[in-house]
Amino acid sequence: MSEPVIKVSGLDYEVGGRSIFKGLDFEAQPGRITAVMGPSGTGKTTLLRLITGQSNPTQGRIEVFGQDVSTLDKPGLYALRRRMGMLFQNGALLTDLDVFENVAFPVRENAQLPEAVLRQLVLTKLHSVGLRGAAKLMPSELSGGMARRVALARATVMDPELLIYDEPFVGLDPISMGVIVRLIRELNEALGITSIVVSHDVGELSSIAHYSYLLSGGRAVASGTPEELRASPLEVVRQFMSGQADGPVPFHYPAPDYHAELLGTRSEP
Amino acid sequence: MIAAFIQRVGRVAVFLGRVLAQCGPALARPRSVVHQIYNAGARSLVIVMLSGLFVGMVLGLQGFDLLQRFGSEDALGVAAALGLLKELGPVVTALLFAGRAGTALTSEIGLMRATDQLTAMEMMAVDPLRYVVAPRFLGGVIAMPLLVAVFNVVGLFGAQLIGVQLMGVDPGAFWSQMQGAVELNDVTEGIVKSVCFGVACSLVAVHEGFTAKPTAQGVGLATTRTVVISSVLTLLLDYMLTAAFLGR
Repeated sequence: MSEPVIKVSGLDYEVGGRSIFKGLDFEAQPGRITAVMGPSGTGKTTLLRLITGQSNPTQGRIEVFGQDVSTLDKPGLYALRRRMGMLFQNGALLTDLDVFENVAFPVRENAQLPEAVLRQLVLTKLHSVGLRGAAKLMPSELSGGMARRVALARATVMDPELLIYDEPFVGLDPISMGVIVRLIRELNEALGITSIVVSHDVGELSSIAHYSYLLSGGRAVASGTPEELRASPLEVVRQFMSGQADGPVPFHYPAPDYHAELLGTRSEP
Repeated sequence: MIAAFIQRVGRVAVFLGRVLAQCGPALARPRSVVHQIYNAGARSLVIVMLSGLFVGMVLGLQGFDLLQRFGSEDALGVAAALGLLKELGPVVTALLFAGRAGTALTSEIGLMRATDQLTAMEMMAVDPLRYVVAPRFLGGVIAMPLLVAVFNVVGLFGAQLIGVQLMGVDPGAFWSQMQGAVELNDVTEGIVKSVCFGVACSLVAVHEGFTAKPTAQGVGLATTRTVVISSVLTLLLDYMLTAAFLGR
């Protein structure tokens, strides 16, 4: 097996005294789509922040392209990020630029391309997500699905080796969701881009992921191919994969005894 | 509490250093700085001119009432000019700037934070301090003295409107006494104050926006803090600069 693009080992991460990860191990193999799943609040997006150097781990090591992310200075971090693209949950398009300029933005800032070449590049990327005709629209004129596709064109315009998707399916109608799923698969197959997809959409992820991790309680409770996860005997995996409301991940947030609280025999709220 | 205050001042000073370091690259793209001068300056013109007119008119009325008690109503031009140039122009413009342009800067940058636009820039290896903060900071710093100049001109017009046209002060005396008594030092004091207030108000606005909590409440609180801190800072700086210019 080749060297992983991302290798997280023994990761501990705390915020305000609250432990988010405790001994998390994670790997993403080159040219593969790796899914990170888990219930809300398990730190999936936090893991992406750590991988991209937006936060530093309390303990443990995060290597991306063989470099320890937490030891990089700002120029080193920016050089690493030029090899990555990231699709944000809400698209994060720059609201004062139109669609064309949004896609052109990373190229204008990081490379000195002639205007004619830049135009061709941007239109090619927009065409690949089906939005060449929307080049002059402002972000406020786009639907959620269109904004996500423009953001995807922007994330790929620098031809990254690693693409990170943060909840790419949230709030999309079935058609837009199908388009995004197809684009993720095509980008991976056509360009051989390593992809990390964070989501809790089991059905969509299972259709595109080569390998999946299920996070819960600050660590990866299970990992494997979608088929392996579906066949897992672990209760927490079964609860998540089949969408059961109650189980190892409880339906109720920890609270005092219900009857005692209703009858007012407890003073606490 | 004192330790927290010192820490906060330290953080703002470090932030200022980082912004100043990005001002050179930002100036290399004059279009974006000019755009921000337009946003902070031209879009504040109406409120600044209206306020300048009314402040000048009040100054004309109060000045005339006071000076005629001593039989010196001809000195109204001097009183209005010195009051506007040295104090009212820079201070009132800075307070208006904090309320109009400062809040706009804070909420704009805060919303960019809340909608992940700043994070997206960082992920594209673009420093948001260079692309977003420095042009807005420079725009505010450059716009402030220009707004003060406009405020002063309109204020003087308001003062002469009341003093000369309404109260009957001799126009020759109004303008010639002003010309004779106002010195370059008085003008310099106003310019220095307006630049200092421009730096202070713009810094507070961009800092509060940049460090705002990425929530609706966080952006709202940051916007309120911009007005409060900028206003208090303007008055504090005004006292310190006045004392320095008077050599006290």
